Amino acid sequence: MFVHLQGPWNPVWGRLSLQAIPYQNPILVGTFLFAMIAALAIVGAVFYFRAGPYLWREWFTTVDHKKIGVMYCLLGLVMLFRGFIDALMIRSQQAMAVGPHSPGYLGALHGYLTPFHIGQVYTAHGLIMVVFAATPLLVGIMNIVVPLQIGARDMAYPYLNALGFWLTAAAAALVMLSLFVGNFAHGGWYGFLPYFELPYSPGVGVDYWMWAFQLSAIGTTMGSINLIATIVKMRAPGMTWMRMPIFTWASLSTNLIALTSFPVLMVSLALLGLDRYFGTHFYTAGQGGNLMLYNDLFWVWGHPEVYFLILPAFGMMSEIIPTFSEKTLFGYATMVVASFAIGGVSWGVWLHHFFTMAAEPSVNSFYSVTTMLVGIPTGVKVFNWIFTMYRGRVRFELPMLWALLALFLLLVGGMTGMMNAFAASDYMWHNGVFVVAHFHMMVLLIASSIFGAVEYWFPKVFGFKLEQRWGKWFFWFMVLGTAWVFVPMFILGFAGMTRRLDYVPVTQWAPYLRVMLVGMAFYVVALGFFVAHLYVSLRDRMKNRVGADPWGTTRNLEWMTHSPVPAYNFAFIPRVHARDEWAWRKEHGMANLGNESFEDIHMPRNTGVPVLLGALSFALCFALVWRIWWLAAACLGLVVLVIILRSFARKTDEVIPATTVAGVERAAQDALASPARG
Amino acid sequence: MSASTNTRMQPGSTVLWEKGDAAGHDALGTRTFGFWLYMLTDAMVYAALFAAFGVLAHNAGLTSKSMLASVFDAQAAYRDTIVLFASVLAYGYAMVALKKGSRTGVAIGIIVATILGVIFLNMVTGDLEHLFSQGVVPQLNGFLSIVFTLVIYHALHIVVGVLWMLVMLMQMGRDGFTSNVVYRLINLRIFWHFQAVIWVFLFVFVYLQGKVI
Ligand code: HEM
Ligand SMILES: [Cu+2]
Repeated sequence: MFVHLQGPWNPVWGRLSLQAIPYQNPILVGTFLFAMIAALAIVGAVFYFRAGPYLWREWFTTVDHKKIGVMYCLLGLVMLFRGFIDALMIRSQQAMAVGPHSPGYLGALHGYLTPFHIGQVYTAHGLIMVVFAATPLLVGIMNIVVPLQIGARDMAYPYLNALGFWLTAAAAALVMLSLFVGNFAHGGWYGFLPYFELPYSPGVGVDYWMWAFQLSAIGTTMGSINLIATIVKMRAPGMTWMRMPIFTWASLSTNLIALTSFPVLMVSLALLGLDRYFGTHFYTAGQGGNLMLYNDLFWVWGHPEVYFLILPAFGMMSEIIPTFSEKTLFGYATMVVASFAIGGVSWGVWLHHFFTMAAEPSVNSFYSVTTMLVGIPTGVKVFNWIFTMYRGRVRFELPMLWALLALFLLLVGGMTGMMNAFAASDYMWHNGVFVVAHFHMMVLLIASSIFGAVEYWFPKVFGFKLEQRWGKWFFWFMVLGTAWVFVPMFILGFAGMTRRLDYVPVTQWAPYLRVMLVGMAFYVVALGFFVAHLYVSLRDRMKNRVGADPWGTTRNLEWMTHSPVPAYNFAFIPRVHARDEWAWRKEHGMANLGNESFEDIHMPRNTGVPVLLGALSFALCFALVWRIWWLAAACLGLVVLVIILRSFARKTDEVIPATTVAGVERAAQDALASPARG
Repeated sequence: MSASTNTRMQPGSTVLWEKGDAAGHDALGTRTFGFWLYMLTDAMVYAALFAAFGVLAHNAGLTSKSMLASVFDAQAAYRDTIVLFASVLAYGYAMVALKKGSRTGVAIGIIVATILGVIFLNMVTGDLEHLFSQGVVPQLNGFLSIVFTLVIYHALHIVVGVLWMLVMLMQMGRDGFTSNVVYRLINLRIFWHFQAVIWVFLFVFVYLQGKVI
């Protein structure tokens, strides 16, 4: 039944053998040592502080949307670091391997990375940054903020929420594992057909890529179901649609995109899987296969996906800018419409990712026009933000700085995007670094909004503000790095440099590549400032403790409960009277959180099942990558069994007694009364 | 819209917090709503598969239709259709019984639906085995790949549905009509009907198309 493999295979270990471990490669051995030391340090610390039971009880088994959100963000940060290291390798390789006389090290002809190795680095960087850094960070922040903004105590399906996270984490772990056991795909993060078919890519790299991608897609789809249902069904009394905070609107539109587009990604990957495992002919070069089918299915997901990433970022900007302009958001209704217009249009533009693939001129023109249409709602948003600031009292605190940087990057990225949208001009630089620079403006915009959002909502989740001094250094060095890396990249794009080069044949480009390397140095310094920022903030956490409304000029429901938010979010569900309810209450002198006569609160009970399912899916995918059939069958059977058994559980809820609620609420009040205890 | 921001109210008389268990959202409705969302993702999966069917059939050109006609037996598929629809109907009766609160009624409906589901699976696997034994396999060409994928993917849903029905029989026996059991029965209905709807598409595109054109 299964396809015939080239190379050794045995029933017990599948394709796995000692050769799969890349001990000849000093870079990977170094990485392995680093990872081992880090892992040992973490495990040691856990044992030393006897934190195991605490971690299990409070984090691994949690179904609390805030904690799951925090774990998403941590996962995203770790993967952002990994992706950044990849970027460092790419930039340094390209700065070294210029011209025929450039020296080679570590077995490479030029530079220090062999083509096979740097190919994997490109693929991993792209996949990781999009799917395992940006997505978890955004989903994590939506997870934390949306239920608070709509006055709910939890998500609609807390158990599903945890499951979505653990599947994403399992997928990320799979990508990391590919560093040390086997290898990763080296044909680019979005797949390359028919090159990714078994005859041309016989190794396990493509399988790692495919299963990690697939698993994370399942996790994200679950998350989107949850967020949509939460927003539609769990809003506090009085919160009509047009009173909903704008970030919640953005989350709704973005998750509608995810809900409808991720299944298409799953199909595009699954069909490739069938080709690779069963020898079918979906994308093969002969026998009735069609490689364009892959490109279409993939980008039918791929383009909506980029808006899936950017809409929450827009939502974050729409929260931060009013707060620090001390004004309500300009053009609320147009903002809502624009979000949905972007979401809708994003479905009809995917072909701009392959204008060069010999479609008729009429087809190219159509997609050219639809692509440019996206500019209209986006422009509406830009003007709304600008008018929000106009005649406002703008305060340049850290979240605002990030939001403004995001706005600027949006302009650069958007304009260059319009340039790509002309099919005729796109022919000149398709698959070149101009495109790469374009989408990095976009993803760095997303990253900036994320940093802004983290600064903004951090005090809500943890009860203290991040310090501002190192944070500003971090910000300005990110600005420097971005300018130095990407301005030359745009120039090289015009000069005709193609993307994913392991060796740069044109010596005249060397100065630009070196300038970009300087930019990377700024990024590295920025990373140092980021660590300092976190360290100082954590050290001074007692000094920087805050109350419910740390910024003073916030407007929405999430600021109407204590910081840090108690497990049950709100001791009493708020009734909503206005858009910007919290601003309304403050204006009307009703900003009092004090409450009496507390009541019992029903909350979902913690469960270890999601972690277990995450672990089993990890093992399942690992077994499939290495074609260890018995293990795969066992894991699949266990997954089904665990799901069925869990459905028999009776006690999935628990009650927080009124006395406990009263205690928590009083403690929060007291903490405010006696600040700065050190 | 903008009126909402300007509503004036007196601090004393305004209800700011909901007392009583205001979190009592419509739990059943929330559960089924989420399940509809899930069904939408599955519909998207099928949509993508049918799109692939269109592309690969086009690739195969004229031969695809004659291939379909010579390989897939529309008569047998008609039989499958009747069985699957009967199963859905039986499940519908179970839901009528649920409204009346009759446990035996629900149980009988589900048992009949399960048996018919198993019969359907049996017939489909029989058809497939027959084709495989004649050397008509998905590995032959892209068009057959997608045809078999569609049929098998649908059959896998039927397997899940049958398992789910067995689980529901047990849970109903143990707990009676608790809210957990009720919402799962409702969701299962959505799921089961959806499989029938998909089968209609399969029947038309895979089994009938070759016959008619
Ligand atoms: C620290 C800042 C970053 C730097 C310096 C950087 C650098 C690079 C470089 C050098 C490439 C390859 C360019 C080429 O083909 O010649 C690349 C590709 C890519 N990057 Fe980044 N990156 C950064 C951040 C990000 C972020 C935050 C994301 C996503 C959220 C991202 C997503 C991608 C994607 C999708 C590709 C395409 C990969 C491929 O086509 O193989 N990058 N990046
Ligand atoms: Cu696009």
